This record gives sequence, C-alpha cells and structure tokens, in this order.
Amino acid sequence: MTIRTSPSRTSTPVSPLRSGEAAHALVVPGGAVVPGRIQTASPLRREGPAKLTGEAKYADDLVFPGAWYGATIRSTDAHARFDGFDLDPAIDWSKIAVVTAQDIPGDNIVSLISDDQPVLVPVGGEIQHHAEPLVLLAAADRETLRHARHAVTLRTTSLAPVFDPLESDHVFAHYEITSGDLEQGFAEADLVLEGTYRVGHQEQLYIENNAMIAVPREDGGVTVHGSLQCPYYIHKAMKRSLKLSNEQAQVVQAETGGGFGGKEEYPSIVALHAALLALKAGKPVRMIYDRHEDLSATTKRHPAIVTHRTGLKLDGTLVAQDIEIVMDGGAYCTLTPVVLSRGALHSGGPYRCPNVRIRARATRTNTPPNGAFRGFGAPQTEFAAEVQLGRAAEALGISPLEIRRHNLYRIGDETPTGQILSESVAAEEVLERAAEAAEFEGVAARTAKDRDRRTGSGHVPGSPLRTTRDRTASGIGVALAFHGAGFTGSGEVKLASVASLELAADGQIRILTGSTEMGQGTKTIFPQLVAEELGVAVDDVDMAPQDTALVPDSGPTVASRTAMVVGGLLIQAARRLKATVEERNGGALFADVRAGDASAHGATRIDQKFEPYPHVHFDDETYRGDAYPAFGWAACVASVEVDLDSGEVTVHDVVAADDVGKVIHPVMAEGQVEGGTLQAIGYATIEEIKLRDGRYLNDRLATYIIPTALDAPRIHTILVEAPYSGVPHGAKGIGELPMDVGAPAVVAAIHDATGAWIHELPASPERILAALGVTPTAAAPTPHSATAADTTPAEPSAVDATIEAPITEGTDPRPDARTDPQPMRGPRDPDEPR
Amino acid sequence: MPVEPPIATPTSLADAYAVLAGSTADDPITPIAGGTDVMVRITGEIGAPPARMVDLSRLDALRGITVDGGAVILGARTTYTEIRRSDACREHLPALVAAAATIGAAQIQNRGTLGGNIANASPAGDTLPVLLVLDAEVIVGGARGERSIPVADFWVAYRRTALAPDELILRIRIPVAGGREARFRKIGTRRAQAISKVVLALAWREGPGAATAGPARAWTDVRLALGSVADRPIRARATEAVLEGVAPTPATANAAAEALAAEIHPIDDVRSTADYRRAVAARALHRMIRDAAGW
Repeated sequence: MTIRTSPSRTSTPVSPLRSGEAAHALVVPGGAVVPGRIQTASPLRREGPAKLTGEAKYADDLVFPGAWYGATIRSTDAHARFDGFDLDPAIDWSKIAVVTAQDIPGDNIVSLISDDQPVLVPVGGEIQHHAEPLVLLAAADRETLRHARHAVTLRTTSLAPVFDPLESDHVFAHYEITSGDLEQGFAEADLVLEGTYRVGHQEQLYIENNAMIAVPREDGGVTVHGSLQCPYYIHKAMKRSLKLSNEQAQVVQAETGGGFGGKEEYPSIVALHAALLALKAGKPVRMIYDRHEDLSATTKRHPAIVTHRTGLKLDGTLVAQDIEIVMDGGAYCTLTPVVLSRGALHSGGPYRCPNVRIRARATRTNTPPNGAFRGFGAPQTEFAAEVQLGRAAEALGISPLEIRRHNLYRIGDETPTGQILSESVAAEEVLERAAEAAEFEGVAARTAKDRDRRTGSGHVPGSPLRTTRDRTASGIGVALAFHGAGFTGSGEVKLASVASLELAADGQIRILTGSTEMGQGTKTIFPQLVAEELGVAVDDVDMAPQDTALVPDSGPTVASRTAMVVGGLLIQAARRLKATVEERNGGALFADVRAGDASAHGATRIDQKFEPYPHVHFDDETYRGDAYPAFGWAACVASVEVDLDSGEVTVHDVVAADDVGKVIHPVMAEGQVEGGTLQAIGYATIEEIKLRDGRYLNDRLATYIIPTALDAPRIHTILVEAPYSGVPHGAKGIGELPMDVGAPAVVAAIHDATGAWIHELPASPERILAALGVTPTAAAPTPHSATAADTTPAEPSAVDATIEAPITEGTDPRPDARTDPQPMRGPRDPDEPR
Repeated sequence: MPVEPPIATPTSLADAYAVLAGSTADDPITPIAGGTDVMVRITGEIGAPPARMVDLSRLDALRGITVDGGAVILGARTTYTEIRRSDACREHLPALVAAAATIGAAQIQNRGTLGGNIANASPAGDTLPVLLVLDAEVIVGGARGERSIPVADFWVAYRRTALAPDELILRIRIPVAGGREARFRKIGTRRAQAISKVVLALAWREGPGAATAGPARAWTDVRLALGSVADRPIRARATEAVLEGVAPTPATANAAAEALAAEIHPIDDVRSTADYRRAVAARALHRMIRDAAGW
C-alpha cells in the first residue's frame, strides 16, 4: 500500500505505514514500474491554458450566425392539469417560434430508466412539478423573446399535490438487503440505539449553467453543442424523440464548466428543447439557462430520511443493523432507482456486521425531479450511518476512533450482499493516517476537558437569551466511509463501453472516447496513461473532441468511473496498439517506429470493449453478490469552532485521507479531494433548499448559499493507494469519495464542541441553537433515545439532544407567488426579510 | 440583453437636479452610483427594471470624507473600501468601518457606496444600524434646495425612504461625540457575500461615576439599532430605556436581552427563522454589553 501526502506532492510512492502491510501482494514496491504509473512530473491540465486566458469556448461563447434565442415556459403549479395556454394577440407571433408537445415527431419521453417524463407536458396532460416545461419559444432577438414570454398565459386546473415522501404511495424503486439473523443480533446486543436522520436537497452549482445550441442539419437532423457530461445519453434521447438516425443526431460537447452529476440527465431535456425549436424555426437556437432557471428547474441531490436501529456489544462490536431509507425522488423517476441502490448498499457504513436488514424505497412527490450528484445516494446514507455510530460510541463510553477501528472492514470481511472483500481494502489505513495527521486523540482530549469546564458553574446561562463566558467552543470529529468503484452491480457489463486509440496515417496518436472533460481532468489523465504505456511523451497523444460523429460510446462520465474503467480500457488499447506496431516492425520500440509504421501501413485503430471484471458477480434480482468490483475508502477529521452566541460553525481544518487505488495525477487528485471536501462542508453546514408549495425558495445565488473562499478550511490531503487488480493501473476513482465523509465529520465535531448531535443536514446555526435549547423546535421531536438492554453502560440521552427541523417548509411571505405573471420569476424581493 | 434604459450622465449637481426634475413617483428616474443593487434589477427578471436612469459617476460633489464642525461628513458616493481605508473613519467611526468590512466582498466594497446602501433602504442594509446609533443625518438635495433628514426618520416603510423622487442623497453627516462608544455585529449566512440574518449596532456614552454603586459607570445616550428583524432598520427604544442611565452589570445585560427579545418581531424567511433572529439578537446584545463591561 502506498501513501502520498500533500506537502511533498511527490509522485514517488513512500513507504507504507506499517511493515505488515508492506508484505501484501498488492503493494507497489517503491520505484517499481507498474502499468499506468505516471511519469515523473504531472503534466499541466490540457485545457487549462485556454481556460485561464479566456480562449476556451463554453456553449454561450459559440457563435452561430443567425441563431435565435430560445426560452422555456414552465409551470407555476406543483400538480395540475394543463388545460391550455393563450397567446396575447398584441404580439406579432409570426416572428416567434412556438413549440408544444404536438411538435415532437417521436416519443414525448425523456428517459434513462422509466418512461415517465415528458419532453413537454401536452395540453390535457398532467403537470407534476413546479417549473416543469410546457411550451417553448424562440425569437431572433432577446427583447422580442422577453416580451413573448410575458405574453403567454397558462390555463391549469389544480390537483392535490403530494410533498411528503413518507406519505406518497407512488414508489419508484425499493430494495431489501438482508444478511444473518436480525432478531438474533438484537438479542445478543447490550445496547440498542435508534435514530432518525434527515438530509435535504443539495444543488450541484457547477459554475456554468445548463446550455445547449441546436443547429438544423441538411439531412433533416440536428447537431447540438452544449454543456454536458454524457453525449450518448443525449444522442439516444434525440434519436427517440426527434425520430432521427444515428447520423442525423449529433452531439458535440462544448467546454463544460462543471457537472458534479448535474449534467448527467437534464442536458437531454435542454438539448431536445433547443432541437425542437431549431427544427420549427429552421434556425440555430440557443437555449442558455440563467442561474435562476437552472436552480429552479434542474435536478438536485435526493433528500432522504434514514432510520437506524443498531445493536452493539459493550465493547463496541456491531451485532445488528436495521436500516430504513426513504428517498424523495421528486416528480419523475430519472436515475432515482440507481441512486437509491447505491444509497442502500452504502447505508451500513464501512463496517462488519453479521446481522443486517436494509430496506430502501424512493417515492414520488410533486417537486422537481432529483437526480445525480457526486456521491449518488451514498452521502445521504453514510451521513446517517456515521452519526449513528458516533452516538453509539458516546453511549458506550468508547472513543469515536476506537469504535471505528473495532468494526471497520478488513480483507476477508463480508458485506450485507455477501460480497467477500478479497483485496484493495484500506479502511484502516485511511482512518489511521487521518487520525495521526490530525492528532485526533490529543485534540479530542483537550476539547473534552474544555467541554467539562464549560458545564461547570458560571458557564451555564440562566436564560437562553444570555451568553456564556466562553464565546466559542472547539471540537474535532472523525468519519469513515467507503464508495463502490464504478457502476453498481452489473451496470458496467450492460454498458459495454468502448474506448478507441488510433495511430493515424500522419503518425499522430489519438484517443477517441466519449468521456467528457468538465474540470475533473479527463483530457489530462487519458494522454498520461496512454503515453506511459506507449513510451511516448504526453504531448504526443491527442484527444479527439467529444463529438458523437467521431468518438465511440465510452459510457457516461459519471460514478467516478472514467479513470478506472475507461482509463483501464485505454491502457489495454495502448498495449494492443504497441504490440501490433512493434510486431510488424521487427520488435522495434513503438516510439521509434510509429511515424514510419503509419506511413507504411496507414492508420491503425484499436477499439477496446469492456470485458467483465474477473470474479465479480452480482444478481440484480436478489441483490446478492459483488455490488462493486472494489471500493474506495475515505476518512475525514474535521476541526470546527462553534460560536456559542449564534451557533455559527467555522470549519478550520480538515484532514482527508482517501484511498483511490492509484494516483494518476497527484495535483488534480488532491484538487478532487479538496473540492469534494468543500462541497461536503457546504452540505454539512449551510446549503439548504426550503420549499413552499413544491417550489424551491432558495432558487437564486442570493439565497442558495455555498461556501466562499473565506468559508473554506485548510485541507490536508493524504492519498492512499490500495490498487484494484481488475484494472491494469489499479485506479478506483476519486471524485465522489470525499463527498461521502465530510458532513458526518463536521457534525461529529459540532457534537464534540457543544455536546449536541444534529440529526439533520445542514447543521445550520438555527438547528444548532435549537439543539442547545436556545430556541424552541418547531416540529414535534421524534424519539431518538437509546432503548438499551438492562446493562446500558452509559446514559446517552443526557447529551443526545433531539433535533428535528425547526424549518419544515418555506415561510417567505409571497402572496403573489401563485399569480406570478412570469413563470420562473423569483420572490419579488429576494434579499430581504420582511 | 434587454434594451438598456435611457441614462443621463450629468457633470454638475445643477445638471443632475435638472435631469431629476422629470422624476416622479409614478415614473421615477433611478440614480446609479456603484450599481451593486441596481444592476441586479436591470434584466427585469426581478420586478420591473429601471425605466430611466441618472448616472452619478461624474458628480465629484458626492465624493470625499471630511471632518468638519464636530462631525465626519461622507459624500454619498463614498465606497465601503474608502470607508475602510479612511483615517478619519477609523479614528472616529470604527463601528462603521467594521460594518463596511462585512459587506459583500472586495469587489462589492470597491463599487458599493454608503449613499446607495441608504437609498436602497434594505431592511438588511449592514451600515444602516450603525448610522442609526450614531445619530447620522442624511443631507439630500434637489432643485428646491438642500435639507437634512435624521436617519431615524429616513426609512419610512418597507423599501421606502423620505427622499423625494427628484432628490439625491448628497452626503451623510455623523456627529463625532467625545466619549461615545459604538459596537457592530453581523450574523450572516456565511463569511462573505452574505446577507444578514441579524445585524445590530450599539452606542453609548459613559456617564459620571457617581451614578453607579459599583465600579462600572452608568451608560447614557444609549442607542441600539437592528437590521433584518423588521420591515426596515429600526431602533430598539424599549431596550435602550433598559440600558439608559445604569451600569452595564450582568443584571442589566440580562434585562436588556430579555427586553430586546420582547421588543422585536422578526419573521421566518428563506434565510432564517423568527425564533433564531430573536434569540441571536438578544444574545449578541448580551455579548456586546459583557465585552464592554469586561465581566
């Protein structure tokens, strides 16, 4: 096992922590050359200079002469029948393209799993959520378009909405995973602890909003250029709804300003809308969302309610886990079943437990659909698992570090699906590395002493309106998580991805994949992997543009699978290309003969198709088997300061230790950990969407709050390498790992500082003061107390303040919301309390 | 982009007044200085965009910070950055400097102006409670001449000011009173680019020692003002009365905190809750008194 720490920024592996580990078969010996090993210096980001200088062309920078501007008329009801719409006769509608569901030549469906979501709600159809697309408009200039938007009046008949996922009887998906004997497990337990945890929506907040430009083609088809993660998802959607052939539908990725999962699904809708308008107008049509529209309408992280009942022995051994998960899918299925699946599979946390029952369901509500977001269901359920374990440790009088050491997965352990973890397990390594670097035990001893002192006389205020002598309280918290690498279950086998490598006739080496660059480094690491294998310089390897007319379907750029799966395919392709060329040149080195070979033999192209990983079997029906070929492992130690007057939390320091299998580009890998950690801190502390009548109230950057540079902690990254043998380079993916582990670490640190457990994200100042008894809680508390067997060693409820949402719905007074003349318009005064 | 509203750029106050003579309540001409509030409205996505505008960027009469006649006088176009860098402000108005430092971030502080903060009349305007506790006056002008409006009378309703449609804010006069102390605290949504959940300012003068029994001297001329707890920036006069003429003892602080919680009526909204705002306003006041008294 190899550990890299950030200060050295070394690309040479350092010695493992413990000599016992070094003997393991998967250890990469220092200095050894292994497949996929990076060259000494990390290359610059491929597209970096263009982004820095402003040369990079994002969708809205692309110029198409004569292009029109498109707009979407959206519902202002959460659930209603769409009776029709009226066009104000004062406007000259001959200058405006108007598209409705009737203009869709093919299926009025945009779908990844279930055929339930229309491209546009037809007149007479049912509106299922606020901001749902109903009518499309395009005009030659923005001013005409703006007037036209105001001149459309919607006619609807309200229907009863459902907003509570617990009350909804429309189930998108449900799973039950069991192992062992739950009843027996609880009978053996010395402590049985219950808890309910809630997490809300989170917005991806990529820097660039959704944007697509559709250009009609001479062959009757459409080419779209835009901001996207998955060109072939859009390609498929266009073929189906627009009745186009493979060639008539063309998708070209523009430079993309971030995705985080938010550009996995919704770009299909934006592309179809732009294409429908382009076909109607006979002009290129630009569909560029502003931030308000993007926030109001596009997918968010699924809210979830997770209930745990956990049985433990006095020594902290987990003996039973009974977990129930309910996710709010929003109005349409989208990717919800697979988000729920990943959530369920990670819901126990990275811990050995012989008796487990996990029941998970996702239901429909009349809110905008939820979808993919970095972590994909796991951050929700691993937050609950980690807070539950922290509470158990407290109840048993065991340190939070010790209870994790005691239960964490090791080689040979079995997961609830029956998967035997036979290799690449680094739970202990990441935990110990993070705890050591953060000096967890020493700091925790100090914060405990401070907490004891504060509870002494003179520090407890006589009234919730008074301050205490201490202005702030410091705390430290630890969390551990795992993240299944690549697609869940048999997903990769079904995808059957292809990655291609070409030695062109001119001697140029070119990578052809559908994998997209959205800031995470695809365009940099692929040439690295291929150059290393071929023995050429990184700059000798080109990347073909992500254009469906040029590149194969390499599967979607999601699930932290690009470096692992597609990177693995490219290494295999490079080996085949090298062997082919070297063989026909009498064994001469590829690098020496490639130019001559190309001129003699013309282009050589290798199409590498995914082959199932050996010894990985999963049954999608029974949910038994190897849910993932391997797991990545992450530990996080967060140090916080809580303002005791206001409940404001400052996260000062984070140590993040992440096992990614193989580090390809240390600088960008560290960047992924830092970015994911900060996104997790936002999720933990401030990012929140309140809803009223199914409508997001935090639908502008003035109200949807994410951390700024000033809110960012110092982040110390430790990269651990426990390679996975199923791919040639050993990489397991990195993007999502840090997202799973940050929030529970911060919440544990808040508990360490204040003694209060926050059961609901974000752990906002409002929730913290409510937990401390300063302000009343609005909702009736749900029991979270430990129901212990006779020998409960500690009384957990004394410090286990029960927290339910002080905010259950949006309360911004907005009497005009339902009669809003302009769909999508926000609150009249978005920045003010009244 | 929508068509830009017509904009006039006068180079003298007289020209500006002449432009503004055409401004009425029904058809106003919107002044623009830093633009940090106005530009958000320009797309027309949030309410009606300004129909006509007057650009103040050439009016040097609205600039500068001077100390004159026992007061600091700040031109309406004084930016938050200028306030932060001003020796006069740092010496005489540290609470205003503290407030300026919490607004937006560096870019907003470079553009945004004190006059704009006053004219925008947001209940969450961060400098406004400071102006209230410092007894500032807003000097406004128009074709009919100049007049001075005490800030306590300036914000007359939600987002409404005492400024006539044809008047401009010219400058802000803040009396520099010897022995006056002032404190500021903002509780926002994050550490920068944050709109206040609660913002408050407190000012007082230490009275003669004879008025008190203990070592601490009584406070007089107490002013307490808050933002984000009402439809406009407000003075908390009932709480002021609790603090007036007595020493800042723990008992006084407790009573003041209770009084403030009873006096204000904040609401739940997208940023915070009424309960939180009430409790945190009281606790922030309690902390200010505690810090000032040193117990």
